[in-house]
This record gives sequence, C-alpha cells and structure tokens, in this order.
Amino acid sequence: MRVTFKVYRYQPEVREDPYYDSFSFDAEPTDRVLDGLNHIKWHLDGTLALRRSCQHGICGSDALRINGVNRLACKVLIRDVGSKITVEPLMGCEVIKDLVVDMDPFFGHYRAVLPYFMNEEAPPDRERIQSVEEREAFDDTTKCILCAACTTSCPSRWANPGFLGPAAIVQAHRFIFDSRDRGAADRLSILGERSGVWRCRTIYNCTRACPKEIQITKAIGEVKRRIVDDRS
Amino acid sequence: MSRPTNLSLGRWFSYRGGTGYLLWALHRATGVGVLLFLALHIVDIFLLGFGPELFNELLFLYKAPWARVGEVFLLFGVTFHALNGLRIIVQDFSPRLWAHQRRLVVLEIVVFVIIFLPAAWIMITAFLGNE
Repeated sequence: MRVTFKVYRYQPEVREDPYYDSFSFDAEPTDRVLDGLNHIKWHLDGTLALRRSCQHGICGSDALRINGVNRLACKVLIRDVGSKITVEPLMGCEVIKDLVVDMDPFFGHYRAVLPYFMNEEAPPDRERIQSVEEREAFDDTTKCILCAACTTSCPSRWANPGFLGPAAIVQAHRFIFDSRDRGAADRLSILGERSGVWRCRTIYNCTRACPKEIQITKAIGEVKRRIVDDRS
Repeated sequence: MSRPTNLSLGRWFSYRGGTGYLLWALHRATGVGVLLFLALHIVDIFLLGFGPELFNELLFLYKAPWARVGEVFLLFGVTFHALNGLRIIVQDFSPRLWAHQRRLVVLEIVVFVIIFLPAAWIMITAFLGNE
C-alpha cells in the first residue's frame, strides 16, 4: 500500500521554526509505524532524528504522537492508523531535534517520588514473604516502561509542567502498595502536595495512551484514596 | 532561543482523547461561563449600594432577549458542571469504579437531560409567552 508520512521537523541549525515534511512510499499494511520512520531515515532523509532502541515495546523510547494520539511507534501497525500518518513529538516536552524531546524533566519527576525499595528493617533469613493478594495490589503498575506516553497526554501536565504526571504516580503506586516496602508515608507526603495527585482531573487520556494497558486512572485514584484515608 | 514544545491551543484541541477528555473540556468551558456570570452578578449586586435607581436601570441587561437565551445556557452550564463534578468526585474516591466510566457518564447524561430539558422548556416558553 502507498503511505504518506507527515513528519514534524525541527532542525534548529538549519531553520528556526518547526515545520512538517511529507514522505510517500510503498509499505506493507503489517509494517509498524516505526518501520516507516526507519525507511525514511535510511532511504529518504538521513537527517531525520528519532529515538528507538529495542523496537519491540519494551524500552519505551519511541513514544510519539501518531495521528493525534500518543502511542509507541513500534507497537502500531500501519493498517491500524491508515495510509496518511502524521507523526509528531510528545506534547509539552521541549523538542531537541525533529521527534527527539528533552526527557530530563520527566525523569526528574520520576526520581522525585522515590521510586526504589525502602525498608530499613533487618532482612529475614531467606526472603520477604508476600501473599498472592498482596502482590496483586500493585501488579498492574509494575508494567510501566517509562515511555512518557501517559504523562505527555495529560492536559493537567500540559498546563502545569510542574505536575508530577501519571507515570511518576504509577511508579510511586508500585512501591506504596508493596507490602514489603516501608517508604509509603514519604511518597504519600510528596504526592499529597500541590504538584501531586490532586492535579489529576480524572480525564483518562493517560489510561488510553498507555501501551502496556496499565489502569493508570485507577492507580491514581487508589493513591488519592490512600492519602485521604491516612489523613482521617 | 527557546525550544518549541509542540504545544499550542490548536494542538490541545487536536489531541484525540476519549469521552473523558471531551467532558473535561466541557467542564472547563462551563466553569468559566458560570464564573463570568457570577462576576456580573456580583457587580450588579454591588451597584445596589449606590441606590435602587441605578440597580433598576441595569436590569434591562437581564430582560434583553439575548440575556434570556443566555439564561438557558447558564442553566446548561450550572447543571452540567455540577453533575460532571459529582461524577468525578465519585470516581476519584471509588477507584474500583474506574472500569465503569462509560456507565457513569451515561447516568450523568440521563440525569442531566431529566433536569435540563424540562427546566429549559419552562424558561423558553415563559420567554416566548412574554414576547
């Protein structure tokens, strides 16, 4: 099938303002959008800048705005988005070049929620036992690959870049609800601040954008509930 | 030179979110509308302090045809904003309901129609009857 890619370009060393380039070529319907971008870079315009690493939906480096919605380019087939495909960088992040955005603020928010295991108690002889039910409490949020598709689909984040965003809250949820962890109070204190969970307006854009199908709005709701319950 | 952020009002509108995104946008729009009316209302009540004559003269604003039509929009804004806000509160504090967002939205629309349509009908017929 003949496909036309309309690609956002920003090449500050050549041109001051962003613009769009169009590329038409033949592709298989079962090709992924990432295959199309690779074709452009390898055969049509080598100056196109984009991120990709594992190319199989694990590393999360190729999250892009494809036909108006955030997705992983390596997980979307061309037949599912049609023959006219518009590819743009993630919204609300500073564009460094073409489709490559500055992820430092995103990872700064990630680090702010203390996303690591915290437990000062002496470890048991063998292992910290956890029941199936205890594990289920945070099973879903362990799937996050930090692609930023959720955070950059959030209107609250667009309006308030200081908002921690869905991905950081999901990462905090993963440890807050882990029965072995003892750092929940510290994390809930951070998430209860103005830039925390209360900036969430229950819009569901994050849940729709997540390539790993994490129930993000539910996870954020659970954190909100936990903060309220702990205060009362 | 600062870098672009791929973020503009046009892009806000062009993001293909779902029902929740649409309702959020409407929630914001109705919120601003109700706030503007509230500001106008505070100003006219404030003018009462300068005597009833000035206040009565200003009442022409609310008797004008466009203002009567605006009242129906105000009813729409207040009713939608209140019901949507209640839905969000319920969802926020009952995370288990996250999967039932569509049903809650349908319920919200049904309640909205039950409240808004009869009230709007009464307001419009009263307005037309007085013409």
